Amino acid sequence: MIRLAFALTGLLFAALPARAAVEIQEVVSPGGITAWLVEEHSIPFVALELQFKGGASLDAAGKRGAINLMTGLIEEGAGDLDAQGFAEAVESLAARFSFDVFDDGLSISAQFLTETREASVALLKSALTEPRFDDDAIERVRQQVLSIIRSDATDPDEIASQAFDGLFFGDHPYGSSLNGTLESVGALTRDDIVAAHDRVISRDHLFVAAVGDITAEELGAMLDDLLGDLPASGAPEPALAEIGVAGGITVVPFETPQSVAIFGHSGIARDDPDFFAAFVMNQILGGGNFSSRLMEEVREKRGLTYGVYSYLMDKDYADLVVGRVASANDRIADAIAVIKDEWARVAAEGVSDAELADAKTYLTGAYPLRFDGNARIAGLLVGMQTAGLPIDYIATRNDKVNAVTAEDIRRVAARLIDPEALHFVVVGQPEGLEATN
Amino acid sequence: MRRLAACLMSCLFAVTAQAAEVTTYTLDNGLEIVVLEDHRAPVVVHMVWYRAGAADEPPGKSGIAHYLEHLLFKGTDDLAPGEFSDTVARNGGSDNAFTSWDYTGYFQRVAADRLELMMQMEADRMRDLRLTGTDILTERDVIIEERNQRVENDPGALFNEQRRAAMYLNHPYGIPIIGWRHEAEALTLDDALAFYRTFYAPNNAILIVAGDVEPEDVLELAKTHYGPLAPTLGLGDRQRPAEPPQLSERRLTFEDPRVAQPYVVRTYLAPERDPGAQEEAAALVLLAELLGGNGATSVLGRKLQFEAQKAVFTSAFYQAVSYDDTSFGFYIVPVPGLSLAEAEAALDQAVDEFLAEGIDPDQFARIKMQLRASRIYAEDSPQRLARRYGAALTSGLTVEDIEAWPDILQAVTAEDVLAAAERVFDRRRSVTGWLMQPQSQEVTQ
Repeated sequence: MIRLAFALTGLLFAALPARAAVEIQEVVSPGGITAWLVEEHSIPFVALELQFKGGASLDAAGKRGAINLMTGLIEEGAGDLDAQGFAEAVESLAARFSFDVFDDGLSISAQFLTETREASVALLKSALTEPRFDDDAIERVRQQVLSIIRSDATDPDEIASQAFDGLFFGDHPYGSSLNGTLESVGALTRDDIVAAHDRVISRDHLFVAAVGDITAEELGAMLDDLLGDLPASGAPEPALAEIGVAGGITVVPFETPQSVAIFGHSGIARDDPDFFAAFVMNQILGGGNFSSRLMEEVREKRGLTYGVYSYLMDKDYADLVVGRVASANDRIADAIAVIKDEWARVAAEGVSDAELADAKTYLTGAYPLRFDGNARIAGLLVGMQTAGLPIDYIATRNDKVNAVTAEDIRRVAARLIDPEALHFVVVGQPEGLEATN
Repeated sequence: MRRLAACLMSCLFAVTAQAAEVTTYTLDNGLEIVVLEDHRAPVVVHMVWYRAGAADEPPGKSGIAHYLEHLLFKGTDDLAPGEFSDTVARNGGSDNAFTSWDYTGYFQRVAADRLELMMQMEADRMRDLRLTGTDILTERDVIIEERNQRVENDPGALFNEQRRAAMYLNHPYGIPIIGWRHEAEALTLDDALAFYRTFYAPNNAILIVAGDVEPEDVLELAKTHYGPLAPTLGLGDRQRPAEPPQLSERRLTFEDPRVAQPYVVRTYLAPERDPGAQEEAAALVLLAELLGGNGATSVLGRKLQFEAQKAVFTSAFYQAVSYDDTSFGFYIVPVPGLSLAEAEAALDQAVDEFLAEGIDPDQFARIKMQLRASRIYAEDSPQRLARRYGAALTSGLTVEDIEAWPDILQAVTAEDVLAAAERVFDRRRSVTGWLMQPQSQEVTQ
């Protein structure tokens, strides 16, 4: 067998991370709409990503689920076309539209062939500006949403995340499912759907990116055509969410063989000077690959779970550090104990120089790999805009990672990571676990 | 709209001529190589696929293919346990693996200049795995937790296992990939090594490299790293127990208090894409799209969701890529108040009407248009393209079959689809499953 040691060392230090080969242009349309563009003419289609900031958190009081239901109805008929006519038109053009809503945004991902661009954009414009919200479509999609709400009620992952959100965010929109409840969705009227559309779909909430076979000039004209008629403003921003829970364990009894735990405490803002230190610290603690401390201690050494991770949850109106683990009912207590130990260890000791060096090479090497595929890049560019990052961010991001020192991590871990503040929501029939609620 | 679609056909044919470059080689030791070039980003996906999956396991050892997949990260003569993934991560890459009934695959996604290191390590673990007793026991706990997460905690997944076991009377496709729990809990190091030594060899593997690479460079690197590996001698064609004639319809009811939304699923035993003979499978792909591709335009969606308003969701599905006989199916999620018996009757009526009424030529044309366009969209992800090649090649198809497939799909006629439907919809070769809450709570809402 070929010996590896020499080659490993040689390659590791000789090669520099790949550079993200992405040239972003800022395009401002004649009508004043801004978009970020990457021209990529080798495949004859365009990926267009639109995001309306605020998303489901702009639901009016008492109308929880209205924006989600409205999102499901955008493609259920527009202009002269009913739901079936609209779907047939999309198919005829071989365009792909997907409409999705989450806590902080409503996103529209469109892909269309160069050959059918004009007709595809016209169809999308119709969906955005003249949705019909026919009564039969409302009833049909309402039944689909109700079916999902009922299914979520017996899904341990959903039970856990909804209980977690309720504990942490209370009455803030983040504190409840964006689907709404059987009652709230059952009571929504067509007027509520129209109002939900007005609250979200507006120019002041809009972010745009396009990647693919289109020039800046063509994009400018397209933006005015597609988005120029949108209303100038929608609903005001939601308030900041206050975190309403202290450390502890909440058990939600549910008959199922494996307990699911979601855990977290307060986090760090995206624009905090120590954000990158926290980001690198979390990579070492519970980042998404096999090398993290949590994976090593909970899975690799003890076989207590199939997967465990933590991440910085930076939402627009709240920042948390959050994690998840799932273990058989008779082992979840062990998994939680190990996680709390790791939480305490990083808070007290920080990380080693070797761990820091490995995390940096991973993060700086992995970053440019994200930018492959028109659709992926379009999504990333909109994400950068909604996070308020500058257009040259890609070029500077790895420098920020590399600048993090072990001392920075010790400082931020001591300030951020607190095993006593950590609250676990456990769904299942956990054994040997004392609930504090 | 119709005129526009007609114009598109010619435009698209011009376009697909520029599709991704595919280059193939075979090394002396039998390793097949496929290179898919995509120079848009300095990224490469490196994959090794073995023609060995859950359907190749010895009797009583269900889950061993998947367990072994986990164990391949546990060290070789040159790599400590975990070092493989740690090295990939230190190089800014990500890695993982997957097991199916017909294949097991390993991949890394890294900067293109790290390709050689990936090859070195992947070639190392093809023949030189070194396992210790403690590592493998801990990892067995991990796969049991994986089974808990994917199956035991989800009544729909348990239901799928039971339905699949009923679908196949004799063929191992009826056994779950992750293994029956009682067998997975008892798997041993010897079981894993026996499977490994037989199937993990260059003459049973396919190397796929997709991304910013030159084919000749890939060939040279492969010769260096995979070339010295010894093949498994005497490895013949895959031998699996075959299905006997299926003579009796099977029906099952799965009850679980965790079921919130009851539904009915029907599957039929169906032919798969065979090398040099993909026409029947192509007709079934079109059939699945026509019946249940899009909720607003498909036959089941129109009839059951829009007209009769008996369904919340409907869909049809067909897995065309498979080594042995596969299945064709559809399901209905009924509206509240409709029993599963009524839902099943409505489903059967809709399919019968479709067979009697024939195919709407407009819908047929739209589906073909989308299939053409999907070739262009598919080029946006070299990783997905690579997976498509790997799955097809480990399921008995050739690169020629893969390249011929789009034209075969376009050549399918409405008559072909109806004839294929008449052949596949044979109740004697079907399984009908009801998923519901215990007892008479079937109509709960």
